[in-house]
This record gives sequence, structure tokens and C-alpha cells, in this order.
Amino acid sequence: MQTTRKARAIGVLLLTAGVVATLTGCSGSTGGGSNADSGTYTFWDPYPQYDASSDWAKLIEQCGTQAGVTVKRTGYDTTDLTNKALLAGQQRNSPDILLVDNPVVSTLADAGILTDTTDNGLSTGTIAQNILGAGVLDGKTYGVPIGANTLALYYNPKVLQAAGVDPASIKNWASLDDALAKVKAAGKKGITFAGINTEEGSFQFLPWFWGAGADLTKLNSPQAIAALTLWTNWIKQGYAPNSVIQDTQTTSWQEFQTGEFAFGENGTWQKASAAQMGAQLITIQTENGGPAPVPTGGEFFTIPVQKDAARYKTSAKIVECLSSGDNIVKTDNTLNYVVATQSGQQAQLSTDSTMKTWVDAVGVAKARTGDNLGTKYPVISEQLWTAVQKAESGAASPTAALAAAQQAVDAKLNK
Amino acid sequence: MSKVDTNATASRTLSAARNRVGAVDAASTRGNRSRARRQAQWVAWGFIAPLVVYLVLFYAFPLYKNIDLSVRHYTVRSFIDGTAPFVGFQNFTEIFTSSTFWPAMVNTGIFVFVSIAFQFAIGLALAVFFFKHFRLSGLLRALFLVPWLLPLLVSASTWSWMLNSDSGIVNAFLEAFGIGQINWLTSPHWSLVAVLIANIWIGIPFNLVIMYSGLQSISADVYEAASIDGANGFQRFWRITFPLLRPVTAITLLLGFVYTLKVFDIIWIMTRGGPATSSTTLAIWSYQLGVGSLLPDFSSAATVGNVLIVIALIFGLAYARVQRRLAA
Repeated sequence: MQTTRKARAIGVLLLTAGVVATLTGCSGSTGGGSNADSGTYTFWDPYPQYDASSDWAKLIEQCGTQAGVTVKRTGYDTTDLTNKALLAGQQRNSPDILLVDNPVVSTLADAGILTDTTDNGLSTGTIAQNILGAGVLDGKTYGVPIGANTLALYYNPKVLQAAGVDPASIKNWASLDDALAKVKAAGKKGITFAGINTEEGSFQFLPWFWGAGADLTKLNSPQAIAALTLWTNWIKQGYAPNSVIQDTQTTSWQEFQTGEFAFGENGTWQKASAAQMGAQLITIQTENGGPAPVPTGGEFFTIPVQKDAARYKTSAKIVECLSSGDNIVKTDNTLNYVVATQSGQQAQLSTDSTMKTWVDAVGVAKARTGDNLGTKYPVISEQLWTAVQKAESGAASPTAALAAAQQAVDAKLNK
Repeated sequence: MSKVDTNATASRTLSAARNRVGAVDAASTRGNRSRARRQAQWVAWGFIAPLVVYLVLFYAFPLYKNIDLSVRHYTVRSFIDGTAPFVGFQNFTEIFTSSTFWPAMVNTGIFVFVSIAFQFAIGLALAVFFFKHFRLSGLLRALFLVPWLLPLLVSASTWSWMLNSDSGIVNAFLEAFGIGQINWLTSPHWSLVAVLIANIWIGIPFNLVIMYSGLQSISADVYEAASIDGANGFQRFWRITFPLLRPVTAITLLLGFVYTLKVFDIIWIMTRGGPATSSTTLAIWSYQLGVGSLLPDFSSAATVGNVLIVIALIFGLAYARVQRRLAA
């Protein structure tokens, strides 16, 4: 009897040991490996499309050499990168330099993964404040932008001409509506945009939301309702196809590319494709006229927390090399970004005058997580895109949808 | 369910090993006996160990983690520094009082029951049809398996193209009959119907295959006897096929229930649970909360996940009860 019990006890012990060993084996895997070699600096970016032979990879290598170190670069898919960065932070194994999408910066900073400029000594120099905004949380700056992209209204000159619309006549929402009515009367399709229930939907709605004078801290304001009513009416009146409710920026662009649409709200990244199909560009207008504030997109260079604080100095040197002077102009031209400094923008315009509308748009752009919203932004944005969906699909009126959204935001943020 | 089954098998193996060794025991001396016994214990443990390790690693631990997550306020910050304050049932209260809860429950209910009803009815009808073994029946039956073999990403994307409001083939077809544009995926009234159609189509082969193999286990003698007694086709189906298929039916329905309850990919690809919450099921909601936005809310997602587990468990236990009664 006793031997049985002993054997059983040993068995249980062995099992537990086995389980524990396996479990710890799982979590012991290496992440960034930044401390593998003090002369090697790790760099993560969301550009898996660039391999070792690309200009981007060569530039990083060159900046590393200038700082006297070797840089080991890894490119991840954008969504993958956030998770990878969080995991690496959890294992105290973050890369030395991390290039992430700007709305993620405040989330990572809030999680305590990133160092701010007072810790890492990174100079923010002459970077435009409105672009830098996405990296600022509670007065601390957590990184510098690689550049900025944003939204504008592409138009198809052939369609507008056939409908007898002069693009220069579009000065506010009323004249845009008139233009859409004329296009529809001419038998063409009006406008396409991404009204999907994801961050892309909020991103595309913000120029109209801000353009009405609405504020993200009050989703149910009359201005917000006016903006959502504008979108909803486009769908109701047949100016926009029903599919915009599900369109991403890519699928909405594909619709615009059919040549049937007069307008397509889309980003800097479609510049080359637009030129190919002969599309032109105007800035998005506010309700009463004038360029509307558009949200900035684009990545930020950040310097994650390391065990060895002495590494920050070199990391900052590499980031400064990558984000300033001719280097950044060259990089931003390949990435279709607008440079974040005025001198850089001038340099960009001198080589490519078609960037003018984009530089203007970026000049009045706003960071989504700016106004010190930080990690409140994701909560607000989720409710905003939900409200947009409800109104677009007719599940609720713009007023009711936005009222419910604000209520949900209040409930979540006061938790 | 399967966990309970495998546990039972394991303990049976254990006692069988013990018995076998017991028989050898009788012929040996006392010293040898205790050594042999100890050895037998080790052997028994050796047999059961892989299973226990597997169960603990892949079932018990994740389940424990999920429950633990749902009673804490786990944020991105907790992910890094490991501190997540214990909040008791606060997450559950929030989920139950959320404006998404009832729509998600109702949608899940409709999605599961309508899916299973149609999948089962059509699957059974096709199984009976193919059981007749006509020419090319083998080939046709194989073709019916295609929806099952296709990756869900492919079939769901194809359905969402076909059901597109402006350029989908389904609307083009309906238009030929004078039916106006139906916004399958973008109308709050139709989105659940659209994902149901796709899910039923995908689920038919599974039901067909299981019911078909169930039919093969019914002895031809029974039908022969019935036809001698003058039973017609309907009577043969209703009085022989259907009752004799009952055990297979029960397991098909239970598996179908569990599969459908956790369906995620089809809905996510076709409608993302939208517009608004019109096609949001519990599985979709859990994902939306967890990783659907820029700021992950792991605790709420885990809470919804636990609600799903409880629902599946209730039906699983009900199934076990019914099985036991049938066996008795």
C-alpha cells in the first residue's frame, strides 16, 4: 500500500516537473536579443517589403556604421509588429530602435516600453508640432516621425468634365454636394471612401468630423452629427455606393480605379497609382470652406527601454541619422511620405512639385492621439467607427448612433 | 466532452495494466512481487503521463488562464509589468450590461439553431438520396465535399464577392427576376441572413458524410423485412432510418452545435460582425474586444469567451445525460 502511495507521489512530482519545464521552456524563447552583443543594435520596422538589398536597408546599415555599431534590422507586418513589440517588452528584450505606426506609440508608451526624449536624448529639432503630436503623451515625447501621410480627395478629371464640374468650384461641403449631384445626373458614380468598422473607417471619417468643427472628446456634438449626416446622405442619395460600408482604403481605391467614380478619398500612398490613371487631387474642405484638418498617418522612430541605459545614446544617434537631412528626404520620397520638417518639405517640393497638395494637407493635419487623448483615442475611435457603421447602414440615425457612442465612451473611460 | 472520454480510457488502461501485472504476481516470491508491483506502477504512470501532461498543458492551463483573465483588470500595462488588479465579477457585470450583449446572444442563438437545422436537414436528405447508389453517385457525393475542403478564407471571400450589393452575382441574378438590390452584407436586416447562407453551405458536407456513414450501419435486412410487411418509402424513412440513426444524429447535432457556436472566420471575413451589431455573435464580440481595436481589452474578451464555454458545457452535459438515458 505504502509503496503505491510513494510511487504515486513520485509520479505526480515528475509530472509537475515535466509540465513546469515545458512551460518555462515556452516562455524562455528569445525575442529581440538586443543584449547579444554590445556592438550590435537591433532595429524593427513594419516594412517587410524591403529586403537587405533595398535602399532603406542600406541606409540603416550606413547610419549604424556612422555611429560605430552594426545594426541588425528585421521587418515585420504592421499588425504583427505591435504584438511582437509588446511581447519583447514583456520579456525585457525589446529592440534598440522600434519603428511603429503612430497611434500605437501612446499605447506602447503607456505600457512603459518606451523611453522619452529626456531619457534617450533624442533631438526633436525642427519637426512640425502637429506631426510630432502623435508621439507626445502627458508632455513627454516618445519618438520622432519618419514622415507623415494623410488623406485628400482624388478626382477623376474625365468624369468631372463629362458632368460639367470644375474641381476648383469645390470650396465647402455644399459645393461638393452640388458636384456630386451633377455627377450622378450625368450617369456616373459620385464618391467612394472607406466606411468600414475598423480604425481605417475612423481615419477616413476624421477629416469630415474635424472639418465640421467637432471634437473627439464629444462625439454627440451637433458638429459631429452634421459630419455623419453628410456621409449618410451620400449613401442615401446614391452619391456613394452601398459598398463603402464595408470598404477598406484598398477596396475603395479599387472602386475609384474603375474610372466610374468622380471622387475617391484616399491617402498619399496612392500617389503613383493615381498618376497612372490620370487622377488629380484637391484637399478635403471643411463644412464652411478652407482645408479640413486631416489625420496624420505614418510611423514613429521610438527607443524602447533597455537594461543597459548606456545604449540609448547610440540608438539616438542612429535615429537622428535616419530622420534628418538628405537621408529622410530620400526615404520619404520612396515611402510616399511628406517629410516632418519644413526644410525637408521644401527639399521634397523642389524635386517633386506634385507633392504640393500633400504638403499643404500635412500642414493642417492633426495627430489622432493628439490633444493629449493618448490611450483614450482607441476607445473613442472604436465607438466612432461603430456609430458611423450604424448610421451608414440605417441601423440608427446619426444623432442616435453618436449619442450611443458617447455614452459607451463615457462608460469605458470612467471604468 | 472528449476530455472526459480520454480520461476514462486512461484509467481503464491503468487498471488493465495493474490486473495484468497482478496475474504475474501470484506466481512470484514476495520480494519479487513488491518490485514487480512498483515497476507496474511506473509503467502505468508512464502510460498515463503523456496524456496528463497534454491535458494540463493544452486544456487545464489555458482554461485556468482564461478564467483568471476574466476576473482581473488586465491592460496593456499589465502585459509588461505583470500586475493586473483583481476585480471579481466586474468584467462579467460590464459584459452582461453592455448594449452588445443581448444582440450578440440573440444572433448567436439564431446563427447556431438556423445553421444546424438547415445543415442537418439538407445533409440528411442528401445522405438518403446518395444511399440509393445510382450512376455517378460516388462522383457527385465527392463533389459535395468541396465546400468542406476549401479553406474558409476562400469560401467566405467568394461568398462576400457574390453577395456584394453593387457588383455581386446574386443581386445580378435577382435583378433578372425584377427583384431590386438587396444589401446582403451592408444592411442590418440582411447581414445575418447572408452569413447564415454561407455557413449552411459550408456545413452541409459534414452532415452528409456522417449521416451517410450512419446509414451504412443500418442492416439491409431491416428494410427487406419492412418491404415484405408492405411499408412504403415514407414509412421506411420515418420508422426505420430515422430512429436507427438516432445515436449518429445526436453526435452530429452536438458536434455541429460546438462547431457553429465558435464560428468566427466566415462572419469576420464577410461582415466583421456588422453593420453595427447585426451579425455580431459572441465569438466575434470576444475577438473585437480582444484584438479588434488599437487598445486590446483582454479581460473583457476572456469574459465573453468564458460565457461561450459555459454555453457549450451546458449543451455538452445535456448530451451526456441524454446518452446515458438512451444507454440505460
